[in-house]
Amino acid sequence: MNVIQRLAALVFLCLSTTVVALPEGLSEPLLSKQLLKGSWSERETLAHHLATSQESSSIQLAELWLDGQLFVLKSNQTFVLTQKDGRKYQLTNLATGEDLGLHKKRAVKKVPLNNKLRKILRNALSVRDLQSTDTELRRTAIANLLGDENPESYELLKTASRTEQKRELKELISSGLALFDLKNGNEEQRLSAVQILGEANNSVVYTKLQAQKAIEQDKDVLAVINKSIDDIEQRRKFYGAVENTFFGLSLGSVLLLSAIGLAITFGVMGVINMAHGEMIMLGAYTTYVVQSLLPDHIGASLFISLPLAFLVAGATGVLIERTVIRHLYGRPLETLLATFGVSLILQQAVRTIFSPLNQSVITPEWMSGSIVINEMLSLTVNRLVVIGFSLIVFLGLLFVLRYTRAGLTMRAVTQNRAMASSMGIRTGHVDALTFGLGSGIAGIAGVALSQLTNVGPNLGQNYIIDSFMVVVFGGVGNLWGTFVAAMGLGIANKFIEPWAGAVIAKILVLIFIILFIQKRPRGLFALKGRAVES
Amino acid sequence: MKTLNTTVKKIALATSISLAAAAVQASEETIKVGVLHSLSGTMAISETTLKDTVLMLIEQQNKEGGLLGKKLEPVVVDPASNWPLFAEKARELLVKEEVDVIFGSWTSVSRKSALPVLEELNGLMFYPVQYEGEESSKNVFYTGAAPNQQAIPAVDYLMSEAGDSVDRFVLAGTDYVYPRTTNKILESYLKSKGVAESDIMVNYTPFGHSDWQTIVSDIKKFGSAGKKTAVISTVNGDANVPFYKELGNQGLSAEDIPVIAFSVGEEELSGIDTGPLVGHLAAWNYFMSAESDVNDEFIETWQAFIKDEERVTNDPMEATYIGFNMWAKAVEKAGTAEVDSVRDAIYGVTVPNLTGGYAVMNTNHHLTKPVLIGEIQDDGQFEIVWKTSGGVIGDAWTDYLPESAKIIADWTAPVKCGNYNLSTSVCSGQKYE
Repeated sequence: MNVIQRLAALVFLCLSTTVVALPEGLSEPLLSKQLLKGSWSERETLAHHLATSQESSSIQLAELWLDGQLFVLKSNQTFVLTQKDGRKYQLTNLATGEDLGLHKKRAVKKVPLNNKLRKILRNALSVRDLQSTDTELRRTAIANLLGDENPESYELLKTASRTEQKRELKELISSGLALFDLKNGNEEQRLSAVQILGEANNSVVYTKLQAQKAIEQDKDVLAVINKSIDDIEQRRKFYGAVENTFFGLSLGSVLLLSAIGLAITFGVMGVINMAHGEMIMLGAYTTYVVQSLLPDHIGASLFISLPLAFLVAGATGVLIERTVIRHLYGRPLETLLATFGVSLILQQAVRTIFSPLNQSVITPEWMSGSIVINEMLSLTVNRLVVIGFSLIVFLGLLFVLRYTRAGLTMRAVTQNRAMASSMGIRTGHVDALTFGLGSGIAGIAGVALSQLTNVGPNLGQNYIIDSFMVVVFGGVGNLWGTFVAAMGLGIANKFIEPWAGAVIAKILVLIFIILFIQKRPRGLFALKGRAVES
Repeated sequence: MKTLNTTVKKIALATSISLAAAAVQASEETIKVGVLHSLSGTMAISETTLKDTVLMLIEQQNKEGGLLGKKLEPVVVDPASNWPLFAEKARELLVKEEVDVIFGSWTSVSRKSALPVLEELNGLMFYPVQYEGEESSKNVFYTGAAPNQQAIPAVDYLMSEAGDSVDRFVLAGTDYVYPRTTNKILESYLKSKGVAESDIMVNYTPFGHSDWQTIVSDIKKFGSAGKKTAVISTVNGDANVPFYKELGNQGLSAEDIPVIAFSVGEEELSGIDTGPLVGHLAAWNYFMSAESDVNDEFIETWQAFIKDEERVTNDPMEATYIGFNMWAKAVEKAGTAEVDSVRDAIYGVTVPNLTGGYAVMNTNHHLTKPVLIGEIQDDGQFEIVWKTSGGVIGDAWTDYLPESAKIIADWTAPVKCGNYNLSTSVCSGQKYE
């Protein structure tokens, strides 16, 4: 992304031959010297000056600066564009587009930038976005002006209000204008301003109303302010609850994804598979490998990774079943120890092959950011995708178990191994297949989790306990139980967390499950009938 | 494939080093250097690097002729991220291998586990990681940052004009001893600076926490009260990636609410896509981007040693570098590698920092070194945006907790104590918690 931007800037600059127009009384070396050596407050003044200038070249300087692309060649103090070429930099004179050749890293200095400067530059530059055709850019531009007491901002908002068509942005503008009335207007203006502001969701409005409440003299206005604040708080509470539910569903979907493979290997087959977490890890590493093989197709990498992760983890699962678990059926303690051993082997194998460091998995563009419902509620896209994905996986698995021949034989073998065998089903094959399916699903979960958490050798360990918790709570052998348990625990956790903290919330949930299992040892949805007794 | 290749090479290299070392041992007397870093388990992610750093420094020293005419011989053991095993392995190093010095440990609990053994057998250990302070052992030299060399300057920076004059703070940490102690110190420091109780939000999360939705949303609400807000993060290791990802996804940029971290360095960032993190901060005594000739040379040697041009360096590596060089200098000064003589010789020893300037070993077993604030860049590096004007003297016992303020550490006469109470004039010895 950045490289493209930089290249575009480069091409653009090579074409244009205009010399950078500088703030009055500043030569280029002087400006670059001030930018490099000056104090932060001097830089702030310059930043404001450049970004609010009418000159397109000054604005370009400001934009480059904001992107962290503004470099100065130390030897003659001119602005240059840089492009990394191995360990050196390929330099181009910013003003003339002249090629300056390769230079060492030390030969150039980046114009310093900190968060305050970024904010000044971005806010000043965003004023020009008020007329933009992009709604999001306009929204940011307007939001930036909100609460700004500068009379210029008032004029800008006024101008914007004349042309703005979108309803929500109109409301944003009118609350911005109302904030000016609240500050400077007479009683009547203040009264109507407060009424408008009571409808607003912006947090700036809330803070300003609180501030006005403290100094307001007029009784009538004060009463309306109180009512408006109450209204806002009511809405905050409501959207807070909606947001919490979303967080809960999202946590639930993660639990569901990590547990659903286990619901098959442990729930259906009865194998206590401690290496389940490592199957998730294998899936996540598959994503990493796919991304490093196809660095130019990050957006598609997840879709390519899904079947591959299923195959890799599934094949590993079949291998483990055929070599280790097959010999241990009916001996749960030995299975537990053996699979625990397998999990350690897999972890150390990954450490040796990929290094003990976490690997960087990139989140594709289409999964970043959030969907803004309104200013009090926005839903993060990656979480939404994971919720949807977990549902698809869950329903897919239900379908496979219920409506396919493979699913039928799997259920037959679990329900009555001897009978199934005498009907001509090769139970050994079905065991391997079932274990492979459970492991493959765990691999798919790994692809999704690689977007939410670290991809490293310890990835699996973080999820194994939670997975068992969900399966046991939901009822062994019941997919719907796993679903309800995952979502229920997720939501419960998220509603406890705000007042108890993350640590206590986890403990409370565990205590609840311990008590619950005392009362109902077979979990939420216990299997009934003969299968249970065997 | 490349990583596989380097791993194989690494193993080959490690074997060849130990073989070479064994060969040397057969022919002449050596000085044994113990390396007590986890090579497997959860902490392997951070500690393997430091093991390699020590091996590199030993190799370098041997190329220059070793110490006192003897070659250095590394003895590497693996405490496997298992805290009690640190004590056992320390004992093994001191009794069975009879090493003259140990470089090792990362987490505070592993250090505390090895401490009684070191004191019982009069060993000598250099501990290279930033920690919560409140300790000074006769047998340990702390070359990482004490709280006043990292946390306190970080707050000073945030409250300064360059840091955007923050007046509302979120203290977010993982739930264990380092964040708890550091946050206690910070809270009392913030209050002494006039920050109101209601402007401080403290939050703890479990190890490896991965669901940050609620907390980030709380931080967002806390930060929307109209005052400039910043997060001071003592969140440990693995939990950082999901934390930063969630910040990015919920649209909290560094311009709105910057996060300053004490446990996030170059190596941690090499596992993250840092694009969305640009502008967030970290406080350390060293950044790979520091401009100095020693640093360039160090990075070059490191990348050649590890056979990976992309490999980064970080603060604990610098602390290891300083510790190793101080020890080597003290051994030469003392004319022996014997522990008591080295300890007496090391006080006041100065060696170059990688960031330029010099580090000094003080009699409280902590260093004097500069503090830097760096901003995360999109290439996974930090840009240094602020620096203390000189070195900061490491303070073993913080001045910002009433019960610690009256305690000092000084291992030279007449005090000779790591825990000397000024008001009662009693040396209460070490406490093992």
